[in-house]
Amino acid sequence: MLEVRGLTKRFGGFTAVNNVSFKVDEGEILGLIGPNGSGKSTIFNMLSGTLAPNGGSILFQGREIGGSAPHAIINSGVGRTFQIPRPFRRLSILENVVLAGFYGQGGGQGGHSRAAAETSAREALEMVGLPTNPSTRVDGLGAAGLKKLELAKAIATKPRLLLADESLGGLDEGEMDQAADMLRRIRAELGITIIWVEHIMGVLMRVVDRVMVLDHGEKIAEGLPTEVVRDPRVIEVYLGTDADAVHAVAEAARA
Amino acid sequence: MNRSLLWVIAGVLLVGMPFVYGAPYPMHIIITILIWSFAYTSWSMMGRVGLVSLGHGGFMGVGAYATALLWNNLGLSPWLGIPVGLVCAALLALVVAWPCFRFRITGHYFALVTLALSGIVLQVITATRDLTGGSLGYTPNRVPGGSSFWAFQFTEKHTWYMIALIVWAAGLAIWYAVERSMLRYALEAISEDEDAAAAAGVNVTLEKLKITVLSAMMTAMAGALYCQYQMFVSPDTVSGISVSLQMVFAVVVGGLYVALGPTVGAVITILLGEGLRIGFGTSAVGWDNLIYGLLLVVFIIFLPKGILGSIMGAFRRAPAKAAA
Ligand SMILES: Nc1ncnc2c1ncn2[C@@H]1O[C@H](COP(=O)(O)OP(=O)(O)O)[C@@H](O)[C@H]1O
Ligand SMILES: [Mg+2]
Repeated sequence: MLEVRGLTKRFGGFTAVNNVSFKVDEGEILGLIGPNGSGKSTIFNMLSGTLAPNGGSILFQGREIGGSAPHAIINSGVGRTFQIPRPFRRLSILENVVLAGFYGQGGGQGGHSRAAAETSAREALEMVGLPTNPSTRVDGLGAAGLKKLELAKAIATKPRLLLADESLGGLDEGEMDQAADMLRRIRAELGITIIWVEHIMGVLMRVVDRVMVLDHGEKIAEGLPTEVVRDPRVIEVYLGTDADAVHAVAEAARA
Repeated sequence: MNRSLLWVIAGVLLVGMPFVYGAPYPMHIIITILIWSFAYTSWSMMGRVGLVSLGHGGFMGVGAYATALLWNNLGLSPWLGIPVGLVCAALLALVVAWPCFRFRITGHYFALVTLALSGIVLQVITATRDLTGGSLGYTPNRVPGGSSFWAFQFTEKHTWYMIALIVWAAGLAIWYAVERSMLRYALEAISEDEDAAAAAGVNVTLEKLKITVLSAMMTAMAGALYCQYQMFVSPDTVSGISVSLQMVFAVVVGGLYVALGPTVGAVITILLGEGLRIGFGTSAVGWDNLIYGLLLVVFIIFLPKGILGSIMGAFRRAPAKAAA
């Protein structure tokens, strides 16, 4: 479904993503992990058109989308969330999602009726467990709620591939499990293929089919979760960064 | 009370007013207020979603001069000349706005680019004085007898009042249509975060162009109407920077986020201008601009929702409190 070859992004003289290649199969959940600043969000920004790559190709369902405009990529069947939620605070929760349902469903400009957009918005909100009441404001949402809204906006565009830049850092354990469960349900019930970005390994490892590990913009490992946690390079990267991660790796290896 | 009933009553009162009381001077003031209200409403459709244009005087000038020039030189009726003027304004809007939106010139930088636009239109009118009369102004050729439907020239104030009333009401109708449309959702989203709007599937450049072209065409319409009514235009009255700033002032004072805000702004600016003119005569020329500038600063700081917006906000809050 997605085939990325030699993807590269430079910011000035600094190479944030260096010659990264990978594939995602239909129906899969691919985990994308790596320490902070390793280039995960930058890869997502290129896949969704928010940033133009400096090199490489992105084939989505057989079509090159690298460097295309973000609205065109979204309308071709890619959905994304932002790591730091970016809600539209001047709109209500429902209006946020209706907007995505109207403009993001492949029909492009006016290709979809408002009624259809409202239906998909309500479905998306129910899926993530947010109120579908037309007047509920964004301002009442906490960290977990804002992440749910990000997901609802992405789902309302009816994507085939979802790029979930989750980073569950701000959530407690229960909320993390809930978020992981939600991604599982999105795949099972909506048949959406998912790439899930996260820098905390524990929860992610229980959900994904395969993992890819980034460090300093380069791919250092790829495979089944049980293989990847035993990879000496992965252990070294996580040992070198934070203690929680080491703990998570150890735990995941035991499981 | 029912909202639509309120509108019907207001409509009947407005349409019936000149039959009850139709003295020429108050009629003139009201017609002027209606035309400028329409111009301000046109500006506010962009301003309310963060597209602050300081170039709308340019669009007014294009509408006014295109219509008058086509009439005087080619004998083209304003019924055709006005649409041509609107198309010219739309093209000008595209030429200026497309590069801005494409290359993400937003906020203050967008305001600066559009400021240049109003300056340029003024310069073009002054520079082509053989054709346009330059800074001395321009007068559409009068038809014998003074009134002609085909020439869009009317001597009766009542006729002008009805025309201005219809156009003003149409402006409000367009404002409401946009308010309820998905375009407005998209523009609100864009004004907050362009990347996030694009990630929701919005073609940011296209949606901004839509509202810009609509707003420019309406503003050109206001310019054409003003010219036909006054039977005289000069670069100072319908184009250039002071007119553009006056639009910003009027809308901010009246209320940027409510339909009738620009109308309230027009009532205030025009009564202020007339009051100064009558009270102080020619010695007060230019005072209105000074007062506008000062009030603009005061309003932005103390009453950002404008007069009408603040009053309506207070009314909306009061019953909610009473119910709680
Ligand atoms: N727009 C940008 N301009 C300059 N540098 C950036 C930009 N976006 C990301 N970077 C840098 O690229 C590197 C990778 O960032 P990012 O992809 O956000 O990492 P991750 O999501 O893996 O934490 C970081 O060093 C970051 O500072
Ligand atoms: Mg990131």
